[in-house]
Amino acid sequence: MEALSPTMEEGRVVKWHKRDGDPVKTGETLAEIETDKAVMDLVARADGVLRQVAAAEGQTVAVGSVVAVIASPGETVGATVAAAPPPAPVPSRSGMRDAGGVEPAPADVTRVKASPLAKRMAREAGVDLKLVSGSGPGGRVVKRDVEGSASRALAPAAATPVVQSHPASRIPHPEVTGAPFEDVPLTQIRKTIAKRLAASLGPIPHFFLTTEVDMERASEARDALNKQLGDQGSGKVSFNDIIINATAHTLTKHPACNAWFQEDHIRYWHEVHIGMAVAVEDGLITPVIRNAERKSLADIGREAKELAEKARSRRLQPSEYTGSTFSVSNLGMFDIDQFTAVINPPEAGIIAVGSIVQKPVVVDGQLTPRRRMRITMSCDHRVIDGATGAAFLKTLKQMLENPLAMLL
Amino acid sequence: MATLTYRDALNQALREEMQRDADVFLMGEEVGVYQGAYKVSRGLLEEFGPKRIVDTPIAELGFAGIGVGAAMAGLRPVIEFMTWNFAVLALDQIVNSAAKILYESGGQIPIPIVFRGPNGAALQLAAQHSQAWDSWLSHIPGLKVVAPATPADAKGLLKSAIRDNNPVIVLEGEMLYNLKGEVPEGEHLVPIGRADVKRPGRDVTFICHSKTVAVALKAAEQLAEREGASAEVLDLRSLRPLDEEAIVGSVAHTNRAVVIEEGWPHAGVGAQVVDIIQREAFDQLDAPVLRVTQADVPMPYNKQLERLAKPSADRVVAAARRVLYLD
Repeated sequence: MEALSPTMEEGRVVKWHKRDGDPVKTGETLAEIETDKAVMDLVARADGVLRQVAAAEGQTVAVGSVVAVIASPGETVGATVAAAPPPAPVPSRSGMRDAGGVEPAPADVTRVKASPLAKRMAREAGVDLKLVSGSGPGGRVVKRDVEGSASRALAPAAATPVVQSHPASRIPHPEVTGAPFEDVPLTQIRKTIAKRLAASLGPIPHFFLTTEVDMERASEARDALNKQLGDQGSGKVSFNDIIINATAHTLTKHPACNAWFQEDHIRYWHEVHIGMAVAVEDGLITPVIRNAERKSLADIGREAKELAEKARSRRLQPSEYTGSTFSVSNLGMFDIDQFTAVINPPEAGIIAVGSIVQKPVVVDGQLTPRRRMRITMSCDHRVIDGATGAAFLKTLKQMLENPLAMLL
Repeated sequence: MATLTYRDALNQALREEMQRDADVFLMGEEVGVYQGAYKVSRGLLEEFGPKRIVDTPIAELGFAGIGVGAAMAGLRPVIEFMTWNFAVLALDQIVNSAAKILYESGGQIPIPIVFRGPNGAALQLAAQHSQAWDSWLSHIPGLKVVAPATPADAKGLLKSAIRDNNPVIVLEGEMLYNLKGEVPEGEHLVPIGRADVKRPGRDVTFICHSKTVAVALKAAEQLAEREGASAEVLDLRSLRPLDEEAIVGSVAHTNRAVVIEEGWPHAGVGAQVVDIIQREAFDQLDAPVLRVTQADVPMPYNKQLERLAKPSADRVVAAARRVLYLD
């Protein structure tokens, strides 16, 4: 079984196009394989006769295990190789080649495809091509992409958006450069933390912080806004919209939480793209509200509604569900008081929002009923430390408890 | 400046050069009494007499060989082929004699001869009479090849060809003979080996010659209308030598190119142009260079199929959209 996508670990045989004993030629489709991304063709890497088909249709097989053998015509091949256990050593006999054994050269994901002109322009403008997203075929970076990024990067002080000597502890402020983000290489201690924590708790070392937010004033503000919007005939503002808005504003004040873990560096984003978890029929997807920090509450509300509808009708384009820098997951409408959300890599954080519940609370020495809501933040410890996450949550709490702060 | 047809511009060039130099003479099928199959030699027999306007039998190899011999003896023959499709019969004289005698005589015997006639497809002349010989002839060291697209270039290039001391191939076009344009009077010489920008542009270069110049100009207009993109039309005019400087200069300016020619794609003139671009303008390229050529088949007789087989403005626009990443 070949790796038919960069992240594929196993593949399900959807359909064999060739049967045991069929002659095959190099490049011919042997079978359709469902990968983690799509249904792909598994092609023959040698001429010969297909023998010992070891994976049945519908069976899931690990990358690297034998699915069949391509033998020379008339050749007798040895014992059948079971498909299930992975890297079974390939029986190497003269004249016998296995279908999956000829490893395709792995796609080098770090290689940037760019037109020669784009490469030259990037070199001259001091733009790192790895940071430019390509709009050409296959993601090729072309002239217009470099022009776009160079004009943003050429804010006078910083022609080079990548500052190589930055220690990770120095978290940049958004206003330092005009670039959409800044890559800060990992220091040795960060690398060690990353390695140790990742080894200790799954691929992403999560930790969780919970706070309870008083939503009394936010609820009043929402009622007032919706009354006015209702008079105008516009759509209503939801609590989720208010939370996304507050989260975006809070992230601009805590850029350390608006980041991607990138194996050898941390990418601190200067733009805030909020992923919004939406439940769909057989799973969930996180459409993205781009540049949420620059959008009004009404715009966020409208966009969130559109994206959620598109998500449910499966009409989201890839550009609408990729590239988020931080996510919000809300199960308040399901009467969940509190939960923990799983981080959406490469993001470093996500908040899980519970339902708003009236509770007895002591305010100024008096027991009073107040509307309260619990937020739990999941943090990637390779990027965010306890105090960093706590400071973020504190600001978010203050902002929600005093919604006027969002105007600041 | 007078407005002339391409045919009359060639006629003017012949007349002026024959008046200027008594060694120049014209020879070919029907050039005299019939005044040329396409009337390029109209009035010349009357003016210069049968010694200098020579009708020949239908024997391309023979009269091409007489031309080469006359050039060896010091005259400056102009050999007209009724079409380049018939000149295939004369290729031995063109390739093995005209192109090689200067070399094989150690530089002693120049061959100042011009071979000219219509090239490429006209309308429904079928496979054997609808061929573009551009790349065949451009392949040969020792020959120069020009392919004018306008009346002015036709006059200027034919005059330069007649005065050149090397064998020069002039590729004309049956469909071009009626094309009208302004032609400078008198001493108008277009240097061989110099391309010409027929329309300036910013976003993509259409490299073309002969009949495809009109195709490229039409495509440039459509591209401007439909996409707001501006195409530069570079007319090669000479296929050997190629104006590398102009090709590289234009591509450096636009960063993208589509190369258009009447001939077949395999080993075509455009392949040579693309070779120059990838070598000399590699760092200027924002997209792979695309080619628009005749379909890789013998020319169909059927009118609709013939139309589809030829390079068209639509196909050039489609290629331009791809190199501009508009698709």
